Amino acid sequence: MRRSIVAALAALTAALPPGAAAQQAPKDVVLLNVSYDPTRELYQDYNAAFARYWKAKTGQSVTIRQSHGGSGKQARSVIDGLQADVVTLALAYDVDALAERGRLIPRNWQTRLPDNSAPYTSTIVFLVRKGNPKRIRDWGDLVRPGVSVVTPNPKTSGGARWNYLAAWGYALRKFGGDEGKAQQFVAALFRNVPVLDSGARGATTTFIERGIGDVMINWENEALLAMQEMGKGQYEIVMPSVSILAEPPVTVVDRVANKRGTRPIAEAYLHYLYSEEGQTIAASHFYRPRMASVAAKFASRFPRIQLFDIREFGGWQVAQKKHFDDGGIFDRLYQPR
Amino acid sequence: MHVVNISRQSASRQLRQATTEPAAVRWLLVAVALAFVGVFLVLPLVAVAAQALKAGLGAFGAAILDPDTLAAVRLTLLTAAIAVPLNVVFGVAAAWAIARFEFTGRSLLITLIDLPFAVSPVIAGLIYVLLFGMQGWLGPWLADHDVAIIFAVPGIVLATIFVTFPFVARELIPLMRAQGPEEEQASVVLGASGWQTFRYVTLPNVKWGLLYGVIILNARAMGEFGAVSVVSGHIRGLTNTIPLHVEILYNEYQTTAAFAVASILTLLGLVTLVAKTIADRKRAQSLVPLAALAEDPAHSAPPHLDLAGHALQARSAGAALGTPAQEAWA
Repeated sequence: MRRSIVAALAALTAALPPGAAAQQAPKDVVLLNVSYDPTRELYQDYNAAFARYWKAKTGQSVTIRQSHGGSGKQARSVIDGLQADVVTLALAYDVDALAERGRLIPRNWQTRLPDNSAPYTSTIVFLVRKGNPKRIRDWGDLVRPGVSVVTPNPKTSGGARWNYLAAWGYALRKFGGDEGKAQQFVAALFRNVPVLDSGARGATTTFIERGIGDVMINWENEALLAMQEMGKGQYEIVMPSVSILAEPPVTVVDRVANKRGTRPIAEAYLHYLYSEEGQTIAASHFYRPRMASVAAKFASRFPRIQLFDIREFGGWQVAQKKHFDDGGIFDRLYQPR
Repeated sequence: MHVVNISRQSASRQLRQATTEPAAVRWLLVAVALAFVGVFLVLPLVAVAAQALKAGLGAFGAAILDPDTLAAVRLTLLTAAIAVPLNVVFGVAAAWAIARFEFTGRSLLITLIDLPFAVSPVIAGLIYVLLFGMQGWLGPWLADHDVAIIFAVPGIVLATIFVTFPFVARELIPLMRAQGPEEEQASVVLGASGWQTFRYVTLPNVKWGLLYGVIILNARAMGEFGAVSVVSGHIRGLTNTIPLHVEILYNEYQTTAAFAVASILTLLGLVTLVAKTIADRKRAQSLVPLAALAEDPAHSAPPHLDLAGHALQARSAGAALGTPAQEAWA
């Protein structure tokens, strides 16, 4: 008898609309979003938008705290116990580490949200000095003698791995899929690099504040932001003929969210990134939106170029092992001077 | 008399000539030193202030009053408020034990006190990650009991304590050794309790050295970057100290805000410097009266040092007789 009453009550509660349930207990919630370096401005705006949306929908107040740093380092911190409800990192490899080393999320995390769990994308472009004095138009120009190239270190920087793979993909296309020639091309490119910074933001500082290099390879969003913040007409963006589709992924950290009881709101937080408002905020912070209607609105900002993605390299696990792990191709082709 | 005076004057002139450089060389050396200090110390300080105020006082004020900045200032002050008193207690206890007693493991203790100076602050931070992290020894147990150490305030305080541990002990050990144990021995012989001896003899003797140690300890506690960076987790408004916040602002192109916050830290540094100079001068003086007392038995002790005064007189009497103080007293 008693059991059936409990069951009936449970069914009744479940049937109630979420708004009604929240009205009874609108307890304030705090979420922690652990992210990588260049997304600070994006999430500052998005967090405010989501808090407004959530308050209107459920009556519950939510505060989202932010932590930013190098993508690999941030993943490491979460594995070491940083209580992130969600992570929004630079590349899937770093999120994979949460599953592999930390057992914080299931291995199939990337299938849980649309578009490989990447609500916005970016690509790799060039930033050159005003007037493009070295006439840099495409990847081929970066290996010319006398061209000085700034890019971060692929061993430490997520962005730099995208840069490296974008150059590799270009070379594969140019040399008809010849891996040996692609390796020679990328080696020649890295011979033109005077200094390898540890992260994308450090490379920007080297190029802009220290004035080193003729061209910087970097995230499209980072290049656009640098133009807006510091350039003021002193720099130009060059779109190469072909580049890589960078997909910065997001996921709920199951172990943390389940324990803290924040799973529903953490999931809603990530889902809302795919909404029109979320997509518009991403686009206004120079990330390429997924939603076609929003992409159309920002079409002038993001020129269409030919893009290939990480599957061309067999996914991040394979690419990491082959190119960037100790003793990989990068170690062989790059000799520091 | 006249003859003697003249010869004394010329002798002192000769002495001065023999022991100093020509005027040109002296001026050159002074100029080089000042130019060096100007370029490497004053100029960067001026640059910080100039950058901070570049966008006007309004922007400066807005940067300082930003909630994340205020949270960073609060956390830095809280960290210092916990780390400094604890390290004063540890430091005084360690210095007292080392300077006053012979025991097995004494040299090991001296080595251990220096350990935080010897290892890089990054290693200091990683020690705590290894201990308290989820992949570490105690992490899973702590997580089960909802205790947060790293990526929270306790971790930041622990890392700061570790890095600043040696300052007070390192400052006090040479001072206490130079002063010697006689006064404390005399105080004990006169019937003072351990606490009275500490309160009325040991502490007044080392107070300026202690203050000096506390000042540099505090400066390092508020300015520490490396170790704190490892255990912070960089959660805005929660686990960022002032130095971490400066780096973040700078990396986010908020140059004015970064230098405005940096100028707070610089200001704290300058205040520390002035306080340090005063303490340093007083400390140098605190060693002088002891030397003078040994020569002059009639010299009266400071009025508030009643026990110490007796002790000093006893020691002086002993010294005058050419025997150790205790024997004279006995």
